[in-house]
Amino acid sequence: MKRFDDVVAVAGLDLTVGAGECFGLLGPNGAGKTTTIEILEGLTPPDSGDVEILGMRWQDGAPGRALRERLGIQLQETQLADKLTVSEVLGLFRSFYRQSHTVEEVLALVSLEEKRKARVVTLSGGQKQRLAVACALVSKPELLFLDEPTTGLDPQSRRQLWEIIRRFRADGGTVLLTTHYMEEAERLCDRVAIMDHGKIIAQGTPKELIASLGADHVVDFALSEGGIADDLLEVLRQMGGVTAVRTGPDGVSLTVVELHRALPALLALLKERGVELSLLTTHHASLDDVFVALTGRQLRDT
Amino acid sequence: MYQLALARMREFYREPEAVFWVFGFPIVLAFALGLAFRNTGPGKLQVGVARGPGDSAMAATLASSPRLLASVLDTATARLRLRAGRIALFVIPGDSVVYRYDSTRTESGLARLEVDDVLQRARGRKDLVAVRDDRVVAPGSRYIDFLIPGLLGMNLLGSGIWGVGFSVVQARQRKLLKRYMATPMRRSHYLLSFILSRLVFLIVEVVALVGFGWLLFGVAVRGSFTSLAGITILGSFSFAGLGLLVASRAKTIEGVSGLMNLVMLPMWILSGTFFSYSRFPDAMIPFVKALPLTALNDALRAVMIDGAAVTALGTPLAIVVAWGAVSFVIALKIFRWR
Repeated sequence: MKRFDDVVAVAGLDLTVGAGECFGLLGPNGAGKTTTIEILEGLTPPDSGDVEILGMRWQDGAPGRALRERLGIQLQETQLADKLTVSEVLGLFRSFYRQSHTVEEVLALVSLEEKRKARVVTLSGGQKQRLAVACALVSKPELLFLDEPTTGLDPQSRRQLWEIIRRFRADGGTVLLTTHYMEEAERLCDRVAIMDHGKIIAQGTPKELIASLGADHVVDFALSEGGIADDLLEVLRQMGGVTAVRTGPDGVSLTVVELHRALPALLALLKERGVELSLLTTHHASLDDVFVALTGRQLRDT
Repeated sequence: MYQLALARMREFYREPEAVFWVFGFPIVLAFALGLAFRNTGPGKLQVGVARGPGDSAMAATLASSPRLLASVLDTATARLRLRAGRIALFVIPGDSVVYRYDSTRTESGLARLEVDDVLQRARGRKDLVAVRDDRVVAPGSRYIDFLIPGLLGMNLLGSGIWGVGFSVVQARQRKLLKRYMATPMRRSHYLLSFILSRLVFLIVEVVALVGFGWLLFGVAVRGSFTSLAGITILGSFSFAGLGLLVASRAKTIEGVSGLMNLVMLPMWILSGTFFSYSRFPDAMIPFVKALPLTALNDALRAVMIDGAAVTALGTPLAIVVAWGAVSFVIALKIFRWR
């Protein structure tokens, strides 16, 4: 548990990350992800509760430093020194550890070989982020902490970072990351915990969480007349294959089991009622839908 | 720690503005002040002679002295010029000669002596004792000799506080301190790396300024270079400690700038950088002497001008070291690492 003045940032959560696993903490901004990960990293002391990392607890002095030797940490807001070159930054971080990759090795890990002589200030956002991850990887860590590693990056840079994380895991590393991109969590993580208002509201593999919706597709539609009649909603709830009906400002979304049956039935119903569609989309159920189902809010709205 | 110090130095020398303010500025200052206050010897003293009988004869007598310039003036003009300081003394001829002058002005006092001497001799006064002038230029008596050690002290203070303070606060603002905390780096190594990098810059600073003074103005170092090196190292450590203390809590560059000025401005004025602190009232002197820059300036002047040995400078050096050690310890205790 951690409180800042009167605001309880993290209100008690239990989670266990197994060795070799990639675990994702998901949630909207302000959910307490960063506070949680910084407590785990030993940077923020918790007001109460226990943290055990690689079988050790955070302590000052030599035991703490010994634990840090085995971790790789990327923080959300760090800006590295502008005037130093990429290889100088890595050389500096390397010097903090007893055991480490050489600068060339770690440059290769994050594909920044061509930028080794470039000053940090000249790097693009994606390159800076890869450098930050490189600083975390330089110590040959057993456990890697990544706090929103891809926030604000373009899709290509994001994929490059995913690839770096995959390679790290292929070598047996354990990863704990935070993100507010559900898609990222689905692709990268073995298990995820969804956080909201400082609490974990769901935990499991992405598949399990999506399966908990009881359906595999989501149909979003809106009517040209704007709102939707209550009795029509009631009919929709009773329709075969529909497991949940939610209305939002943008229209209605149905969670359905068998899209190939539910969709024609929906269209037939609307035609029978004589209402026009202004929007109709369908997608596979995702962690976004899990979040909506659990909180009633869209992730992006928050 | 070596890598941290190296990173510090790289960040510094890749910042051309910072390099100028640390190395260039004191040299420009020394050059300008050295020119303005170069010793040209005493100039001629302007004196006025009251219009009336015998005025031109007296003016001629006075003008025979190589140190006087005499002109005949009416009383009203003379009063104005005397007030404006354009003449040092006004002579009214007569049976008893009257000297009108402001006795608080050094120049007027000199003019009084010189004029009286010339007039008495012209009337036939004989010197009773034979005297001979032995003119010397006392070493270290020029303003530039006084100034260079002061600038050196000021420079050590400025680069210590700016160099350390700004980079600590910048690292804190950019969350870089927190990032370092996430590594096994020892905290004391981080702080010591500043002192180490200061040491390297120190060599450049001292060589540049002392070398400049020596080349252009012939300001020599009369004491041993080892003493000078020792004192500047102590001073530099001390100010780096002070810089760490100033930067130990501040979260923004603006905040730390204010604190730095608060620390440095009084010392620039009080600590005898540009003029001797003996001009301050006696009651203030003990406080002024307790300031680290005063102590450092005194020690530097003792070595550069008087050629004193380090062993004779126990008190000022103890003050310098005490400031540094106390600030470092407090800084380490209250330092905000995130």
